[in-house]
Amino acid sequence: MRHLLSAADLTRDEALLILDTAGELGKVTDRAVKKLPTLRGRTVVNLFFEDSTRTRISFEAAAKRLSADLITFSAKGSSVSKGESLKDTALTLEAMGADAVVVRHEASGAPHRLAHSGWIDCAVINAGDGTHEHPTQALLDAFTLRHHLSGGEGALDGRRVVIVGDVLHSRVARSNVLLLHALGASVTLVAPPTLMPVGVQTWPCEVSYDLDDALPGASAVMMLRVQRERMNAAYFPSTHEYSRRYGLDTRRASLLADDGIVLHPGPMNRGMEITADVADGQRSVIVEQVTNGVNVRMAVLYLILGARAEADLTEASQ
Amino acid sequence: MADAEARRGSTGPDASGRVLDADDIARVTRRITHEILERSHGPSNVVLMGIQTRGVPLAQRIAGSIQDIEGVEVPLGSLDITMYRDDLRLRGARPLEVTDVPALGVDDRIVVLIDDVLFSGRTIRAALDALSDIGRPRAVQLAVLVDRGHRELPIRADYVGKNIPTSREQAVRVRLTEVDGVDEVAVEG
Repeated sequence: MRHLLSAADLTRDEALLILDTAGELGKVTDRAVKKLPTLRGRTVVNLFFEDSTRTRISFEAAAKRLSADLITFSAKGSSVSKGESLKDTALTLEAMGADAVVVRHEASGAPHRLAHSGWIDCAVINAGDGTHEHPTQALLDAFTLRHHLSGGEGALDGRRVVIVGDVLHSRVARSNVLLLHALGASVTLVAPPTLMPVGVQTWPCEVSYDLDDALPGASAVMMLRVQRERMNAAYFPSTHEYSRRYGLDTRRASLLADDGIVLHPGPMNRGMEITADVADGQRSVIVEQVTNGVNVRMAVLYLILGARAEADLTEASQ
Repeated sequence: MADAEARRGSTGPDASGRVLDADDIARVTRRITHEILERSHGPSNVVLMGIQTRGVPLAQRIAGSIQDIEGVEVPLGSLDITMYRDDLRLRGARPLEVTDVPALGVDDRIVVLIDDVLFSGRTIRAALDALSDIGRPRAVQLAVLVDRGHRELPIRADYVGKNIPTSREQAVRVRLTEVDGVDEVAVEG
């Protein structure tokens, strides 16, 4: 692993290695000194071209717990707002000696461009690009699912996960479908036809337009945020109609399997895709997802920077 | 430790390079247990921490021995020092193993670190760093099955199973039933 750009880059074994590592690193959180010296002297740059709260602070916490030096760079208040191009920003980072760049960008494919353009030599970690992918979110969802459904060990074989909502604009959905498929779970996407992406039938998952039909017996349901900021057309008649057909309320949550759980990548629109009862209810693991996010991102930083160190050494000895 | 070594009737490696067999390892473990108990005036303050991987079964055996001798169950933990190594740049990332701190912690206890082979001392340096992040023991001691020399840091063991003089090029292989299916120590190369 030199970069983490897409959940599709991860084999089942690599994904399990990240989850296992995250599980061990999570124990640091319970200790008196919540810090490990592993990445001392490495520089991690948080490059955020798009607003984000939890992903940004989650990567910050992860880098700091591993003792890396952290530079946060957000588009607002930087030269990007003066019109600097991605290339020039990248060259600046390279000149500063970054070892890893965590990038969030509104354009799909920006992290891929950064990793393969030859502008920079450091590791690139995709923290969400446009409507494309958000691999660390999928990893933390898988970690949370595994913790609740299989005692924190092994894969998710035979489990069924329902992902509901704005699949069209969702990078979380795509990454989750790819990763959960690699881990052996079966995924059902549920959305109004207007919010299904073109070509969804080629994804490794089932597609349904009826939530009540998809929920019974599922091990987990993941609600997606309705991304009004990305919607410039009328995708559904009214908010009320959307939440009636595709919102998760107490009755629908009770259709899940007995050990079934409710996930949401946040931020939530309470009362729209999920009712407050369910969001704060027994089955909800939404707050836990945030905690797991830090552990998973620590694992990703450690494994990627470690793997690069090894690769550099092999290169040098040849 | 030299006296104990002489009493055991130290023998050189046999044809296969084996220096300790299963019976030897059992005797050595028992002796180290007695030495730990003698030095700490009984088991009451002792916490055993095995260093992953093969220090963990050794720690379990010593804990079992203390149980036999004193009838007391001492707190037992394991330590994975991967995240504390100083050679990430040289060896890359590897999968982590379990770090398990006993429920009562290590504060104000006598912590005995247990490992299979003492070589450069870097593992122990890392273990000491890891331990200081977990708590503040009253004292830290080190027990190893084999001391093969070639220290790169000012670290020594308090309890040594066997001193084996080696050259740097040789490898010392410790195999334990719990991990490898057989108990033996061999020098290879």
